[in-house]
Amino acid sequence: MIEVLLIKFVLAGFVFFLVLNLAGLHTWVERKQSALIQDRIGANRATIFDVRLLGIFHGVADVLKMFTKEDIVPAGADRALHTLAPFFSVFFALVTFAAIPFGDRLVLGDRVIVLQVANIDAALLYVFAMLSLGVYGVILAGFASRNNYAILGGLRATAQMISYEIALGISIIGVVMVYGTMNLSEMVRAQGQMIGGWIPLWGIVTQPVAFFVFVTAALAETKRLPFDLPEGESEIIGYFVEYSGMKFGMFYLTDFLETIVVASLATTLFLGGWQVPFLTPDGFLFPWGGELPVSNWVYALLGFASFSIKGLAFLFVFMQVRWTLPRFRYDQLMSLGWKGLFPVAVVNVVVTAVVLVFFGEAP
Amino acid sequence: MGVKVVRRPELTFWEKLYVPQILCGLKITFTHFFRNLLIHIAHRFGRLRHLRAGATIQYPEELRPLMSRYRSRHRLTVHADDTPRCVGCMLCETVCPARCITIVPGEHPDPNVEKYPVRFDIDLGVCVYCGYCVEVCPEDAIRMDTGILDLAAYSREEMQLDIHQLMNPSLRKPISDCSLEFPHRCGLADGEMKGSW
Repeated sequence: MIEVLLIKFVLAGFVFFLVLNLAGLHTWVERKQSALIQDRIGANRATIFDVRLLGIFHGVADVLKMFTKEDIVPAGADRALHTLAPFFSVFFALVTFAAIPFGDRLVLGDRVIVLQVANIDAALLYVFAMLSLGVYGVILAGFASRNNYAILGGLRATAQMISYEIALGISIIGVVMVYGTMNLSEMVRAQGQMIGGWIPLWGIVTQPVAFFVFVTAALAETKRLPFDLPEGESEIIGYFVEYSGMKFGMFYLTDFLETIVVASLATTLFLGGWQVPFLTPDGFLFPWGGELPVSNWVYALLGFASFSIKGLAFLFVFMQVRWTLPRFRYDQLMSLGWKGLFPVAVVNVVVTAVVLVFFGEAP
Repeated sequence: MGVKVVRRPELTFWEKLYVPQILCGLKITFTHFFRNLLIHIAHRFGRLRHLRAGATIQYPEELRPLMSRYRSRHRLTVHADDTPRCVGCMLCETVCPARCITIVPGEHPDPNVEKYPVRFDIDLGVCVYCGYCVEVCPEDAIRMDTGILDLAAYSREEMQLDIHQLMNPSLRKPISDCSLEFPHRCGLADGEMKGSW
């Protein structure tokens, strides 16, 4: 029993370590990628013992600065809620990772370890519940600041996140219908089949429309640039006007964490998670008859590498989109969500249902 | 009052779809990204040096190229024997609109030359960099082509240059054993110019 607990702790610690470091590195990626896009060089002056490493230490410098800054709670603000809000945001962004399978399984002796922190049957519902609860951090931050602009920013953010969550949820229904499960592990396993032995049966093949709707709505969910009206760092006043120091940093961290959540969700649902084409637990089985057995460890590592590469590719594309598009106007944002994505998602569900009924089992 | 009808451009169906337009934008950013990334990597290996990977000039290490007519810190030109070309005619001091030049002329030992500057001081804290002194000089004795523009000091006194600093632009800070008053008697040469002239 104690070993089971220990294994879970190790898994959780591994995911925690990875995700938090990735979020920290994301600040570096954001600086450098935007610099390359805009023909600049990017922040490169932070050094540790004269080691620059392309400015990778700017993240460290940022965090040091955030921690040493004064933490201001405005007069008349609800002190407890004001402090609680950023923790809410970060907490719900972090617990989402529990349900995401980042590898198949690892056999140690006679023990089979599933590379997933919590194998929940209704994992998809859990993930969406946690993503939705993240709104609480936003609305609390606006409400507890005792600042009219912050409340307005919080309401804007809430309206945006809730309306895009609907499109997000409905786009997923198609995927759930095709694979017939809410369990993310099972879903990834189901994506391991091949169509005609050549094309992997990934979500993006069976549900391309849902993929587009999901990615767009997910971008809106992360409150990143084409949809960054809640924050509007540069001009509009967002819900965290009254935050300073590391509390502000935590809201920023939430942004990056949510981006990673969305990237891993998109990987899990649409790009076959840890699936490597032609790889089965026994080794590669090529359709032209070739065979290449791999050991247990290599199999687990390949799965994890596949998941990471797909996730990082998503992060890269998200970042590229973030530095390509200007911000939507608020009415454009709302009409895109309600008149654009929502109907498309519903039609996608109906079409999927009809196809499934007439052509029997999953294609 | 005439009425001007402003026609807002309507989006075409193609543009309303967003996706094709987004892809066009992404094409531009991806082109820039990979081009710059490749050039940066090539620079690491010493290749493609003639291509710039970014418009950034990394200032303290890398200076921005200046136009040849750019007016930077003054210098006094010298003869081949390191004596100043200045003949102490006072034209620059007279024309200076900011009155930042102080010249004290003295009699030149060479009977063929009338005068030389015993002191030639410019207060850069007052100077407006108009370049009139350069234009008015009949001897081409003062120029503003040192390319020094990062002039900064902690006090007004440090902004005042004497003839040594003007003749030798590498002396960018006041010399330590030269007690600077302005206008000052230079402690290095006992108030006299060096040389056998």
